[in-house]
This record gives sequence, C-alpha cells and structure tokens, in this order.
Amino acid sequence: MPHITPGQAYGFFTDTSVCIGCKACEVACKQWNELEGNEPSFLDGFDNTGKLDAENWRHVQFHDNVPDESLTTGNGKAWLMMSDVCKHCQQASCMEVCPTNAIIRTEFDSVFIQPDVCNGCRNCIAACPYDVIGASHVNGIAQKCTLCYDRLQNDMTPACAKACPTESIKFGPVSELRQTAAKRLEILHAQGVTEARLYGHDEKVYGGLNAFFLLMDRPEKYGLPDERNAVPPSRNNAGGYLTAAVTAILGVLGGLIALRHRKEKVTGAEGESDG
Amino acid sequence: MDDVQHFAGPPDWLWYILAYFFLAGLSGGSYVLATLLRLRNAPGDEPMARIGYYIAFPPMLIAPLLLALDLGQPWRFWHMMWNTTPGHPGLNFKYWSPMSIGSWALVVFGAITTVSFAASLVRDGKLRLPLVRWLDNRPFTIFGSLFGLFIAGYTGVLLSVSNQPVWSDTWALGGLFLVSGLAGSAALMLLLARYRPEARPSAGMLSVSERLYALLELALIVVFAVTLFAAGTQGIVFGLPWLVLWLVALAGLAPGLYGLVTERLSADGAAAVRHSLAVPLLVLAGVLALRAAVIFSVQV
Ligand code: SF4
Ligand code: SF4
Repeated sequence: MPHITPGQAYGFFTDTSVCIGCKACEVACKQWNELEGNEPSFLDGFDNTGKLDAENWRHVQFHDNVPDESLTTGNGKAWLMMSDVCKHCQQASCMEVCPTNAIIRTEFDSVFIQPDVCNGCRNCIAACPYDVIGASHVNGIAQKCTLCYDRLQNDMTPACAKACPTESIKFGPVSELRQTAAKRLEILHAQGVTEARLYGHDEKVYGGLNAFFLLMDRPEKYGLPDERNAVPPSRNNAGGYLTAAVTAILGVLGGLIALRHRKEKVTGAEGESDG
Repeated sequence: MDDVQHFAGPPDWLWYILAYFFLAGLSGGSYVLATLLRLRNAPGDEPMARIGYYIAFPPMLIAPLLLALDLGQPWRFWHMMWNTTPGHPGLNFKYWSPMSIGSWALVVFGAITTVSFAASLVRDGKLRLPLVRWLDNRPFTIFGSLFGLFIAGYTGVLLSVSNQPVWSDTWALGGLFLVSGLAGSAALMLLLARYRPEARPSAGMLSVSERLYALLELALIVVFAVTLFAAGTQGIVFGLPWLVLWLVALAGLAPGLYGLVTERLSADGAAAVRHSLAVPLLVLAGVLALRAAVIFSVQV
C-alpha cells in the first residue's frame, strides 16, 4: 500500500460476504492495543466475546441464519458473520455530546478518544448508536477502536486489517474503499446474491461512515440502525428544551395563581417588605 | 409505523445520577418558589421564602460532588470547563451538548444559591455580611430563578439528547422533571414550615401550587407515555418491576390532585402543615420514584 498520508480520510471497508469468523482481527487488535482478555464464555452461536466495549475494539458477530428446513446452503446465508468496529462516523454522535472535547477527529479523519482528556462521564456511551464505546474498569475512561492511530502515524496498516486472512477487512483511503465496495457489490449482484447491500458507504447514515460494510441482510440484523433512524442526538435538543421552557412558563404561572389565592387568606401583616 | 431502532448501550448512570437529578429538581424548584413568594413584597411571605433559599443551597454543594464521584476519573471534573486537548487550551462550552451547558449552569446556580443562602442567614440575623444582603436583590433572584428552572429541567433534556431507547424517544422529560421538581419543592417547603411557625401563613400558597403542579405533571406523564407508544418503546419503562415505581410516582401526585378536586384553589394549606408529615414525604417519594423509573428501566 502507498504511504499513509495525514490529511487524507482513511477507514475500513468490511466485506462480510467473505468473513469466515476466524476472529484473527479480534486477536490482532487485542495484542497490538494491549487490551485485556475476556473471561471465556459461550454465548449464542460461536460468539465468545459478546459485544464491543472498552476492551473489545473488534467483535465478530455470528448470526445463525440457517432456515429450519433447507436443502442447500450458500450465498452466505447459513451464517451471517460480521467483524464489527467503530464506524468513525462523519456525524459522530459520541463526539457531538462529549462535554470535555476528549473526542476529536484526527489527521486521518478517524474519531479518537484522547485518553488523558476524557474524564469518564460516559455521555458518549449513551450517544453512540452502535454500542461501540465502553468504560474501562481499569482507568475509568471511555475506550474504543482508534483505527490504530499509533500505527497510522507510523505508516502501518491497522492490526485487524493486516491480520484478516480473507481480506474481509480492507483498509485504505475512504474514497478508494468506496470504489472497491461498489465493484464488489456489482459482482455479487451479478452472481444473483440479491441480498447483498452496502451500509454507510454514502452520506445517508450519519453523514457517511469511514468504516462501512457490505452486509448480507438488513442492517438491523447486525444491530445497525437504518437510514430513517440514523440521526445524531442533537435532533432532540429543540423539542426537549421547548417542552421544558413551556413547562417553566406554566410552572411560574401556576405559582402566581397560587399566590393570588394566598392573598385572600393572609390579610394581616401585609405591607412593604424588606426584600 | 415501525418501531424505532436503538442499539446504544447503557452508560451505567445509576445511583449518583438519580440522587443528583432529585437534588437538582428540589434546589431549582425551591429557589423559584422562594423568589415568587418574595416578589409579592409581602413581609408575611418572607419566612417561607427564606425556607426556599435555605433548601436550594445544600443540594448545590452535594450535587457537584455526586457528579464528580460518578466520573471514571473524578479528579478530572474540571475537564468539563477547560479544554485540555494539547494545543487547544480554552473554555469548553458546547451549546448543543446539554451536559456541557449543564456543568456551567451548575457553577453559576451554585454561586447564586450560595449568595441567597447567606443573605437569608443575614436577614435572619444569624450572620453579618452586608455585601450578600446587597447582592441578593430582586433582579438577582429573578436571574437566579431562570437558572433554577434550567437546573431542574435540563436533566431530562440531557437524557433525551442521546440514542437511548425511551430517553431519546420523547421530548417530555425536560418538562416532566422540571414540574416534578417544583411539586417536590412545594412539598419540602411545607414540610419544613412545620419547624418555622412564622412561615405558616404562606403554606396555603404552596399547597395550591403543589395541586397545580400535580395536574401539570400528570399531563406530562400522559404526553411521555404517548410519545413512547408512538416509538414502540413503552414496554421498557412501563413493564415490571418499573410499574411499581410509577405507582409510587402517581401516589405522589394523589395529595395534590385530591386537593384540587376537593378544595380547588382555596388556599387553606395551613391545615396541611399542622396535620401531615406523611403527605409531603409521599410527594417527595414520588419525585424520586419518577426519576428512578426513567433512569433505571433503560439501563438495567
Ligand atoms: S460508531 Fe459510535 S463511537 Fe464510533 S464514531 Fe460513530 S458514534 Fe462514535
Ligand atoms: S466519557 Fe470521556 S469521551 Fe465520553 S463523553 Fe465523557 S469525557 Fe467525552
């Protein structure tokens, strides 16, 4: 790959149609970033990680999609697998709500939580629509995928993409990845894989995701909100404050009405106050 | 309409935040009610107004502490106000982030309640500080009340400005928390008036206002429920065991609504002060239960 140049937008294109669920990406991410291991656990399907959180910055999802009665397998239908990660959203909900400005956009256009600025208020966790961020029980701060910021600064491909044996995770300049994705979709559709679709490749979800996906089913199957629902949290500012303001006016009016009635009762000792 | 899709994870805002939301409602509400009383310019209302200013202060001492303790890095609480990003020193203020505005509002309202608290001590002859007595004038307390209304209500907006189910599906939470804070403040002031006989003439005003706030709160609970039904997330907050908390919240409205039906707006609240300790406590339990139901149901 050519040199990684600051000032250009980099990201991931994760093609789930070729993912084999080997978890090499998870392991590579943990090793490079020195993240704690999980207690072994057996969850649904082949998942022993659970979800993305402070210690899991890549997570391979397994969704059993095998029809109860089936004669054939194929078309990626038997299992849906997807290596999930921070989407490095263009309109990042986490960044929008963070009160400390700990969450910044780097010179590679990725979304990065500065570990020495974050104070662990966890507002970003309530906001991330992809449940990506977790609070570390070691240092109390919010953590998530950094797009291997330190590796990028040293001209190295992120660890997960480097380790992925099927090239399900592709790393590169976002503009190039979008072209690759469009071609791949075309091929799959030509092969009759009609359920293949891209997610986050255009600006319809959160202004575009720098880490976007080729999916083999509806987005919500993978825990991804569809276009209608992908709106940053500030959408609720106006309505929330307006209702509070109307209530405040009614509350003061209520108090004034109550005071008017109080006047009827307290007739003595009235006059100019010292207040 | 399809149900709204939410995949955000819980931020684990639990007990500290519940306590903060409760205290913020009472502090802001009491300050507003105290100011309304004082604005009438009637010496008869002054003792009760001072009760309000006394109540408004301690929560503003405790609240920042609770908020700091809830942080993963409590000593970094000041990062809310000052940007520590290398190369970008400066104040942190993001008007589109309720948490950011809220931290500033807490500082300002904390200072305001401190002045009014000290001024009440001066007026009660317990302290000699002419400066605060001079500061604590009419424009000051009106200004303070605006912040009081904000502090009591923004906590609901803060929850809504997220991608959490329930919280982000409604625009009623800010208003709901505000009015329940006002109702709780009226009840708390009535409760404390038991220990300050001079304040009792104003009790009628408080019990009438509590009735009106109970009605407004009921209306907002209905709005809250309707918005959740529209989003399809009502099951999360109105299912068991949260239903029990909602029953407590509704029970807290009962005295006010009952008073509204039986006595309308007649202001005989002095009787309430004499006879009942249980009623204001029930109202306060309702204020707490409402917030607990909203905060916990989404996160447990
Ligand atoms: S996926 Fe979540 S954590 Fe990542 S940038 Fe988007 S909002 Fe932030
Ligand atoms: S936890 Fe840290 S990164 Fe997240 S919103 Fe708070 S200060 Fe910002």
